[in-house]
Amino acid sequence: MNILKVYWAFVKKEFFHILRDKRTLLILFGMPIAQVMIFGYAVTNEFNGASLDIYDQAKDELSGQLIHHLESSGNFRINRILNSQEEIEDGFKSGETKLVVVIPKDFASDLSSSQDVTIQLLADGSDPNNANTLVQYASTMIRGFESKYLGKEKSPFQVDVETRMLYNPQLKSAQNFVPGTIALILLIISAMMTSLTIAKEKETGTMEILLVSPLPPALIILGKVTPYALLAFLDAILILLIGYFVFEVPILGSLTLLLIVCFLYLLVALSLGTLISTVSKTQQDAMMRSLMGLMMPSMLLSGFIFPLSSMPFILQIIGSAVPATYFIEVLKGVMLRGVGLQFVFWEIIILIGMGALFLGFTYKNFKIRLE
Amino acid sequence: MSELVIDVNNLTKKFNDFTAVDSISFYVKKGEIFGFLGANGAGKTTAMRMLTGLSKPTSGQALVLGLDVNSSADRIKKGIGYMSQKFSLYNDLTVKENIRFYGGIYGLSRAQIKSKTEEILEELSLKDVAKKLVSELPLGWKQRLSFAVAMVHDPAVVFLDEPTGGVDPHVRRQFWETIYEQASRGKTIFVTTHYMDEAEYCDRLSIMVDGKIGAMGTPGELKEHYSTDTMDDVFLKLVR
Repeated sequence: MNILKVYWAFVKKEFFHILRDKRTLLILFGMPIAQVMIFGYAVTNEFNGASLDIYDQAKDELSGQLIHHLESSGNFRINRILNSQEEIEDGFKSGETKLVVVIPKDFASDLSSSQDVTIQLLADGSDPNNANTLVQYASTMIRGFESKYLGKEKSPFQVDVETRMLYNPQLKSAQNFVPGTIALILLIISAMMTSLTIAKEKETGTMEILLVSPLPPALIILGKVTPYALLAFLDAILILLIGYFVFEVPILGSLTLLLIVCFLYLLVALSLGTLISTVSKTQQDAMMRSLMGLMMPSMLLSGFIFPLSSMPFILQIIGSAVPATYFIEVLKGVMLRGVGLQFVFWEIIILIGMGALFLGFTYKNFKIRLE
Repeated sequence: MSELVIDVNNLTKKFNDFTAVDSISFYVKKGEIFGFLGANGAGKTTAMRMLTGLSKPTSGQALVLGLDVNSSADRIKKGIGYMSQKFSLYNDLTVKENIRFYGGIYGLSRAQIKSKTEEILEELSLKDVAKKLVSELPLGWKQRLSFAVAMVHDPAVVFLDEPTGGVDPHVRRQFWETIYEQASRGKTIFVTTHYMDEAEYCDRLSIMVDGKIGAMGTPGELKEHYSTDTMDDVFLKLVR
């Protein structure tokens, strides 16, 4: 029997399944695009035209200049000028105001006599990320105003802190989300979809027919995962392209290395998918196992959304067992910092080890079932 | 090849302490329709799984097509057909694609698949729906197509695991006509069923009880032995 021809017959049939199921197609092509777009545009720490309330107690020329200075960046929009302490909360409660700047009465006189000046910034802490960013940005602008007004000569011993964010100077969130999204999408397609499609054959009873046929079990699995591997790889490239052209996420390192690592991670995810399918008899079971066992840890404990280093020890341990942790690390290294193989060598070795381990378990489970 | 297509001696399967199949022995001759009966959980499916190479025997011997299931499962698989109680067709593939796929995994050549497809479509008068998805076919058609697909590689023996579960009497009758036709062409049919009227259609049958073969013979012999008129009563007397 010509093994290649049999394999091809199998792969062809699998493509029919995929192309005829709208839901599968939607997950394969709709989801990656939607996810990058949502993460890129909606989930963002950047802000534009945030509404600002000003409670100007001084109401003189200098405070007017400060307000003008704040507005001049284009990132703040003055919403209301407040006249009393009581009005401060109204803006927050209505949700319109993101930040209130309180300028003290003696602003001008204190500043010119080099006394300490306290400008109060009030932010809506119910959205901590946004509040932090706004306060930081406003502080920087106020310091800028101060030095412009005072000039250098006033305080010769001033220590300036200059912060520069390397590799992602504008702290664009897309630079973080693109690697994370690739990791998630590859996992969804390679692990979840393959475990689902294998479980489906079991559910409908066709798996039994396949096992009675002369097909070697390894060929059945290979035939089922090949189309998903190809499509997942296409998705990875699609996300990279969207990242590059829409969100200007660079690929500073070697593209070949990047694609090889994507492929390696894909194999790890596929081995996880087949492992799940050896224990799941139904699609629902496979779905639950993939969601709880793979998607959740990969999303929360991989350093994609929350940094791993600030987690409790036990969560760090779990996080270090998640393949996505290493994959995202490599992606960020190669894409954003432009590092070569020697800097991500260790992560790659771990990924290879994980893949081998999962495949070993799959093989063992498969054998037991046949005994 | 000997006239015995299936030859089983003291075949046993144990799962830990539980003996699912307890030293059964039987044979099936070429061209026979052999009914393999038994209550739920009596060990029918386990025995059948061993014969089709899905499961390894704990002890005993079973020859299928003259080959030992322990050592030659791979070669046996090429010579047998199998149809399970669930329909083995893919609902989202067309009639033609299903035939082509199963022909493909049994290693048939393109020309063979083509002529086989024509033959099946002709025989089951499915020409008009060849390009329709299997999900759109009525149950009876699906079932006969399922059977035809199980025979796509011209196996000498075909195993049918409760092939008529959940279909109406008319469709069952039709289905059995197809089985008879194949048997008349020299194919050996090994079939499990819960319907005692179907048991009457078999040339010979065995009834499994608690992992052992409780009775074996032609339907006539069995009815005579248990001095009853129907297979129903034979079955009930044995299983009680």
